[in-house]
Amino acid sequence: MAVGKSVKGKISKISGPLVVASGMTGAGMYDVVRVGNLGLVGEIIELKGDLASVQVYEETSGLMPGEPVISTGAPLSVELGPGMIEQFYDGVQRPLNAIEEKAQSPFISRGINVPAIDRARRWTFRAKVKKGDFVVSGDVLGVVQETVLVEHRVMVPPGIQGRVEEIREGDFTVEETIAVLVDGEERREVQMLQRWPVRTPRPVARRLPPVVPLTTGQRVVDMFFLIARGGTACVPGPFGSGKTVIQHQLAKWADAEIVVYIGCGERGNEMTDVLLEFPELEDPRSGQPLMKRTVLIANTSNMPVAAREASIYTGITIAEYYRDMGYSVALMADSTSRWAEALREISGRLEEMPGEEGYPAYLGTRLASFYERAGRAICLGKAGVEGAVSVIGAVSPPGGDLSEPVTQNTLRVTKVFWGLDASLAYQRHFPAINWLSSYSLYAEKLGEYWDGIYDGEWAKNRIEAMSLLEDEDRLKEIVRLVGIDSLSKEERMILETAKSLREDFLHQNAFHEVDTYASMDKQFKMLKNILTFHHLAMEALKRGAALKDITEMEIRERITRMRYVDEKELQLLDQLEEDIKKEIGNLMPAGGEVHVA
Amino acid sequence: MLPREYRTITNLSGPLMVVEKVNEVRYDELVEIELASGERRRGRVLEITTDKALVQVFEGTTGIDCESTKVRFLGKVLTLPVSRTMLGRIFNGRGEPLDGGTGVIPEALLDINGNPINPYSRDFPSEFIQTGISTIDGMNPLVRGQKLPIFSGSGLPHNRMAAQIARQAAVISGHEAFAVVFAAMGITFEEASFFMEDFRKTGAIERTVMFVNLADDPAIERITTPRLALTAAEYLAFECDMHVLVILTDLTNYCEALREISAARKEVPGRRGYPGYLYTDLATMYERAGRLRGRKGSITQLPILTMPEDDKTHPIPDLTGYITEGQIILSRGLHRKGIYPPVDVMPSLSRLKDKGIGKGKTREDHADLMNQLFAAYARGKEAKELAIILGEGALTDEDKAFARFSDAFEDRYVRQGEYENRTVEETLALGWELLTMIPVRELKRVRDAYVEKYLKPLLKEREANESEAVLS
Repeated sequence: MAVGKSVKGKISKISGPLVVASGMTGAGMYDVVRVGNLGLVGEIIELKGDLASVQVYEETSGLMPGEPVISTGAPLSVELGPGMIEQFYDGVQRPLNAIEEKAQSPFISRGINVPAIDRARRWTFRAKVKKGDFVVSGDVLGVVQETVLVEHRVMVPPGIQGRVEEIREGDFTVEETIAVLVDGEERREVQMLQRWPVRTPRPVARRLPPVVPLTTGQRVVDMFFLIARGGTACVPGPFGSGKTVIQHQLAKWADAEIVVYIGCGERGNEMTDVLLEFPELEDPRSGQPLMKRTVLIANTSNMPVAAREASIYTGITIAEYYRDMGYSVALMADSTSRWAEALREISGRLEEMPGEEGYPAYLGTRLASFYERAGRAICLGKAGVEGAVSVIGAVSPPGGDLSEPVTQNTLRVTKVFWGLDASLAYQRHFPAINWLSSYSLYAEKLGEYWDGIYDGEWAKNRIEAMSLLEDEDRLKEIVRLVGIDSLSKEERMILETAKSLREDFLHQNAFHEVDTYASMDKQFKMLKNILTFHHLAMEALKRGAALKDITEMEIRERITRMRYVDEKELQLLDQLEEDIKKEIGNLMPAGGEVHVA
Repeated sequence: MLPREYRTITNLSGPLMVVEKVNEVRYDELVEIELASGERRRGRVLEITTDKALVQVFEGTTGIDCESTKVRFLGKVLTLPVSRTMLGRIFNGRGEPLDGGTGVIPEALLDINGNPINPYSRDFPSEFIQTGISTIDGMNPLVRGQKLPIFSGSGLPHNRMAAQIARQAAVISGHEAFAVVFAAMGITFEEASFFMEDFRKTGAIERTVMFVNLADDPAIERITTPRLALTAAEYLAFECDMHVLVILTDLTNYCEALREISAARKEVPGRRGYPGYLYTDLATMYERAGRLRGRKGSITQLPILTMPEDDKTHPIPDLTGYITEGQIILSRGLHRKGIYPPVDVMPSLSRLKDKGIGKGKTREDHADLMNQLFAAYARGKEAKELAIILGEGALTDEDKAFARFSDAFEDRYVRQGEYENRTVEETLALGWELLTMIPVRELKRVRDAYVEKYLKPLLKEREANESEAVLS
């Protein structure tokens, strides 16, 4: 990054997180500045003549007009390199453990300056190129084992290419040179530590449409409202509807190789929960602790509001960096509403003309350009590897009212909508994703993918289950008006099956050791059993069996307990299917063969 | 250093005043104002430009004039002198003694805004607090370090309930250092004296620090009152190793005061005229609850707010709900039925419940039982609604069982005496007993093992009783 010249000005006004400095001619928009004698970190967000408005990422109390403001001449950037995984950062990428150490206190004091990436730690670097090779941006120079799960690929930074004049191997710190590239006259030393401005998306070679599912182990998501690798999803819901639990569940069980979790303006205890729990939880695929693939970013609600605005960008830049290595990255942002509120607060202090509900008029564009940084892509570099960033953003609409600006602007750009429903939450139906109002625009494409694996049965079952739930809604309306007696026994069977779908399939207990995660195999079998039961029951009813005999069958209790079947014993679910066929067969008055529709 | 006293007030509006020609004034600095009469008031700097300071006056601007009133900038932020001896004392919303005693001899002077707790330094709250109230202990367990507000409405017994919790939570942890910090913001004298009386009667006053801003005290003081209380709480919890329960009442009055200042500053309003930063502002208070790694003490917050028109989507309860770890909602319907405490179990929630209960904490079956009671109560209420529309006859036998269950649940589980202190075992036993009213097949949320262990003996006992009854 070209470093501009440093400009020194003076504070002329202080209002909360906003400081106005005079004498700032020559400073650039979005340059990082150091404010006051304490050297608080801030960013220029408006320039008027020689006046610069600065949003300060730390508490401003005690500052005084006349104190110095020094521009660093560079935009807000993150440091990228090995050592980010397992870290716990604040909104401007300061490691919170290092802050604690330096502050000697459990409280965050001001003006603490700590590097984002440990400078002293040595990493074993193994070269992947030879002297004389010609490399371009994105090519892997060598690798470092960052954690047991993550091989950190050190890439040629964007905008640089050349012939390898020197490549080293062995133990290095992130600041030591590991390669020297020569391009014509220019000689360039490359270190493991690289920087990137957070508000600029990292370049890729070519973007691809998302066609591969991101499985999450959550039945309502994987089976009904699917998300693709490189896709975007939005989870709006009133408080208490389980947004955070869903975000945690996805961070735990999504089959991404890297997870970036941003706690943006949310509760401190929630972040602590993640921090304490993730090292304990095992990744179902690798058997290693989940923390070994996770980067945490926390700017809790009581931390400075401007840093909250930055935290989203810090997170997505880190996610893009791992994508460039060829990883599938999942990013969770909880909650983008708090980010939008930070935007609103700063905008108000700038005395900008407000748009809807006091939010600035550029809210929609900012949200759209953030979500647009998600996607599946062919990364830079000759190898042309594929990487993806999937973004799942929680939205906290005031009063659960989805017509508010943040939700509406988010819905315009995201492709999956998981609508959380307070009334489901009250009934303790979790995840409280409403099966009628939610949608996924990836469903069709991803359905083809699963059909390829489950012999064309997958999409059919999904559609049948969803239409049964639709039917239930319609029938319930009739029951509400004229009573249950007006329904035929087939219709009543539909109600029974829909209930079973809701309670035995969609409902999932995040805190139960087995139920918390279900593989696609398990999900597919569970759904198939419920539907098989339904088909056979309908058949039996047609042949004259009594509804009561069907609804009171003992085997239905086994259906309700399918969720507790361990992943290692999925054959029990096949066994159950056989038993269902046998037992309903016994109910058929005419006896004889049973034909499954 | 230049004299820091000015007589250059140029503008007064609501709780705000503008002082001009100032020099070397810091943002957020404490200000002392001396009126012509000699009366002294305090304020703080809200905004500062090179030579102009916008000052918020805590006690209101009545009587201040532009000519003779002197303004002094004190060069420090508002601090509270804290000490262990604060226990048993009563202060006003500025931190001055109200009980006729002398000022506190400070062990430390603390910035009332505090610093944000580093999330890395937090310890996750997981210690169950027995409040003796079934709807809390059984259904929405409270843990040490949690912030759990009571959403109430005017005319509901939230104060009695808060006092009961303070009283009973204190009893169980009697052998540990326990303290109550109480902040009253704009409540009436009657309400405040109810708490004082109750604390005095039960002896809890010895372990209590009170900060009282009554309805006729300056509204602007309400901004500092809860911060004083939380500063005292932080000192007691993290320096003196005490378990502190902070009761803040009534947050609605606090938010009104905040709106007043925001309006006086002519800021762009957010929803319903409240400032756009209401969320952040509330968070700076609520987030001061918690536990820290390596420290013994804890701060548990029990903020009380009255929902205007019982509307949960009003910005105050709404934003509070997004910050706090759950909420206890009181229901007017239950209150009308004469049920105390009128806790509406369904929309109430404790987010930290799963960490505070279970084997080794309360009992292994607690979580399953809780989920089952919720589900059964919800189904029962649904059935009752159906019965209202279609008549009792439209219900299936199962629905009827659930409807009966939900009545019994309200009558026996929710209802309890104001001085009835149920142990968690009693609460759990009561839950299982109520579940006997429902066919076992319908108990989908509890593990088989627990059904065997806790429910089957009850069923057998009942069968035995019934057959005995038949025989005799």
